[in-house]
Amino acid sequence: MKTNDVILQTTTKVVFFIIFLFSIHIFFAGHYTPGGGFVGGLLTTGALVLLLLAFDLKTVKQALPFNFTIVTGIGLLLALGTASASLVFNVPFFTHAFDDFTLPLFGVTSLHTAMLFDAGVYLVVVGAAITIIQSIGGDA
Amino acid sequence: MINLPLLPIILPFLFAILLLFFKENIRVQRSLTLIGLLASLVAALFLVFKVKADGIQAVTLGSWPAPFGISMVSDMLAALLVTTTILLTLFIVIYSFSSIGEGRERFFYYPAILFMVTGVNGAFTTGDIFNLFVFFEVLLIASYVLIVLGGEKKQLRESIKYVLVNVISSALFVITVAFLYSVIGTLNMADISVKIAQVGQPGIITVIAILLLIVFGVKGAIFPLYFWLPGSYAAPPIPVLTLFGALLTKVGVYAIMRTYTLFFVHDIGFTHEILSVLSILTIIAGCIGALAYFDLKQIIIYNIVIAVGVILYGAAQMNESGLAGAIFYLIHDMLIKGALFLLIGIIIYVTGTSNLRKMGGLIQTHAPLGWFYLIAAFGLAGIPPLSGFVGKLLIVKGAFEAGNSWGAIILLASSLIVLLSVIRIFIYAFWGKPVAIPQTDRRPYRNMMMPAVVLVILSVLYGVGTEWLFPYMTDATNGLLQPSIYIDAVLKE
Amino acid sequence: MEFVMAIVIGILFMAAVYLILSRSLLKVILGTGLLSHGAHLLILTMGGLGGTSPPVLADGVTDYADPLPQALILTAIVISFGVTAVILVLAYRAYAVHKTDNMNLLKGNDEHD
Repeated sequence: MKTNDVILQTTTKVVFFIIFLFSIHIFFAGHYTPGGGFVGGLLTTGALVLLLLAFDLKTVKQALPFNFTIVTGIGLLLALGTASASLVFNVPFFTHAFDDFTLPLFGVTSLHTAMLFDAGVYLVVVGAAITIIQSIGGDA
Repeated sequence: MINLPLLPIILPFLFAILLLFFKENIRVQRSLTLIGLLASLVAALFLVFKVKADGIQAVTLGSWPAPFGISMVSDMLAALLVTTTILLTLFIVIYSFSSIGEGRERFFYYPAILFMVTGVNGAFTTGDIFNLFVFFEVLLIASYVLIVLGGEKKQLRESIKYVLVNVISSALFVITVAFLYSVIGTLNMADISVKIAQVGQPGIITVIAILLLIVFGVKGAIFPLYFWLPGSYAAPPIPVLTLFGALLTKVGVYAIMRTYTLFFVHDIGFTHEILSVLSILTIIAGCIGALAYFDLKQIIIYNIVIAVGVILYGAAQMNESGLAGAIFYLIHDMLIKGALFLLIGIIIYVTGTSNLRKMGGLIQTHAPLGWFYLIAAFGLAGIPPLSGFVGKLLIVKGAFEAGNSWGAIILLASSLIVLLSVIRIFIYAFWGKPVAIPQTDRRPYRNMMMPAVVLVILSVLYGVGTEWLFPYMTDATNGLLQPSIYIDAVLKE
Repeated sequence: MEFVMAIVIGILFMAAVYLILSRSLLKVILGTGLLSHGAHLLILTMGGLGGTSPPVLADGVTDYADPLPQALILTAIVISFGVTAVILVLAYRAYAVHKTDNMNLLKGNDEHD
C-alpha cells in the first residue's frame, strides 16, 4: 500500500530531532526540576513512534539498526550497576554520591550518581517500549 | 557486609539481565542460569547462618533513616523461604533443560524465571508495604510472560484471565496501601506495627486488614477467591506450573502471615476468626476439587488450595504451636509440591496424556517413578516420619490449644482426603492392566527423573531431620510471635 | 478539594467497573487502566492535598506537601504502564489466535474431565 504522506514525512524529519533534543533536555533537567529518565525515555519513544508512523518499520530499522532488547539489557545493567556500586563501599544498597564540580564550560555543576541510574531507566524505557511496539507492529 | 539480605535478590536479577544478551545461545543461557542460581543459593545459605548467629538482618536502602527509607529485613522466616525458593528453582531449571523445548528457551524463558525469583525473594525480604507491592508486580509481570510463553491457544485464553484477576487485585492493593497510609502515615512495616499498637486498632484498621486479606487472598488462592487458579495453572507446561504452584501462592500466604502477625494483632477475635473460618472453607473446597477430577494436573492443583488452607489455619491460631506448624508446613509444601508436579510431569511425558482413565500398569515399565511418586504422595499426606507430618501435627496441636477442636478435626479429616486423592493417581496410573504407551525416548526421562528424585529425597530429609531444623524454626516462629524483635531490628540500628 | 477528588475517584472506579464487566477484551483493558488511574489519584488524595506548597523536607520549612505519595504514584504509574503494555500485547496475540475479542467466547475449560 502506497499512501501519499509527504507532509507527514517532511515534518517528521524536523520534528523528530526537536522532540529528541527536548527529551534529552528533560532527562538532564531531572533531579532538581521536573523531568528524569522515565519521562525522557517516554518522549524519545514518542519521537520514534512518530518516525514509525511516517515511515514503515523496515526503513526505521535500517536507520536505527539497534536491537532494542539489548538496549533494555544495557539500561538494566547500568541501573543495577549504579545501585550495586554501594556494595563495594559497604554502605546500604542504592546509597548515592554527589558533589559540586567546577567544569570548564558549565561552571559549577552538581554531578550525581543518581543520573547514571536515570540513564539506565531511560534506556530501559526506550528499549522496552520500542520492543513491544515492534513486536505488535511487525506482523500487521 | 551489610547488604547481605539483598544478595539473593540482586544476583538472580543480575543474571537475568545478562541472559538478555544471549538470546540465541541456549547453551550459554543454561549455564548462566545455573551459575546464577547456585551463587544465589550460596548467598541465601550464608544469610540463614548469619541470621541464626546474629539475629535479624535489616538494611535501609539509600542510607535513609529507618522509617523513611525502604527497609529490607531478613528474619529467619524470610531467610528460610528465600533459600527454599532458590533451591526449588534450581531443580525446576534442571528439569526444564530436557522438557521445556528450544522454542521457549529461545524466547526469554530463563530470564523470566530469574526475574520471577527476584520478585519472589524480594517479596519475602522486604520490610516496606509499598515495596511489597512493587516486588509483587515484578514477580507477576515475569509470571505473565511465563504463563503465555509458547502461545498455545489454551495458554492465551487462560493467561488473559490470570492477568486480569491479578491486575485488579494489584489495583486493590494500591488502594489499600493508600488507605493505610492515610490512617497510619507510614509504610515501613515495623513502623506500621508500632503505630497501630499506639492507636489500638480502631475499626478502620480492621477494614484495612480485611482488604489486605482479600488482596493477598486472591494471590494466595483462599476460599472464595481461588476460582481463577485451577484453570490458569493448568494451561502452562509442567515446569512453569511447578514454579507457580510451589512459589506464587506461597508469596500470598507469606504476606498474609506477615501482616496478620505483625500489624493486626489487637483484634484477634475478629480478624483471625475470619481467617481461620476462611482457611477451613479453603480446605473443604480444595478437597472437593481434588476428589472431583480425573485429570492429574487438576488433582495436584487442588492440593495447592488445600495446603494454602492448612498453612493459614495454623497461622490463624496465633500461638506458638500453630505458627511453628504453619512455617514447617509452608516450607514442606514448597518442596513436596515441587517434587509432585515434576513427577506427574514425567508421568504425563511417559503416557502422553493427563487423563487418569487412559493410563495404567506403569509400575511394570517405570518402577522407580512409581515408588518415588508414592513416597512424595505419603509425604504430602503427612505420614510420619515424612515431611508433612511435623507441620500438620503442630498445627493440630495449636488448634486444640486455642480451643478450635472442630477445625483440628476437619484438618485431620482433610489429610485422609489428600491421601486418597494422590493415592488414586498411584492406583490408576501404576496399577492395573498396562495400557499401550507411546514410544518415548529414555534419555529425557532419565534427565527429568534426576531433579525430581533429588527433590523427593530432600523432602524426606526435611521430615527426618526435623530435630536438627528445630532451632531454625523456633527462631522463625519467635520472629512472628513477638513483633517487638522484628521492630527493634528495623528501627533501632 | 479532597471532597471533589473523592467524587472524581468514585466516578473513575465506577467507569472502570463498568468497562471491566463488558464483553469486549479491549474495553476490559481500558477498564483496568481507569482502575489504576483511580488508585493513583486515591494515593495522592490520601496523602493530603498540600495546596501550592512544594514537597520539600528541610529544617525550618513548615508548609510543605507530603512527598511520599508523589513518589509512590510515580512508581505505581510506571508499573501500570508496564502491565498495560503487557496486557495489550497479550490481548493482541489472543485476538490473532482466537479470532475474537468477545470474553464470552473465551470462556470454558474444555480440556477438563
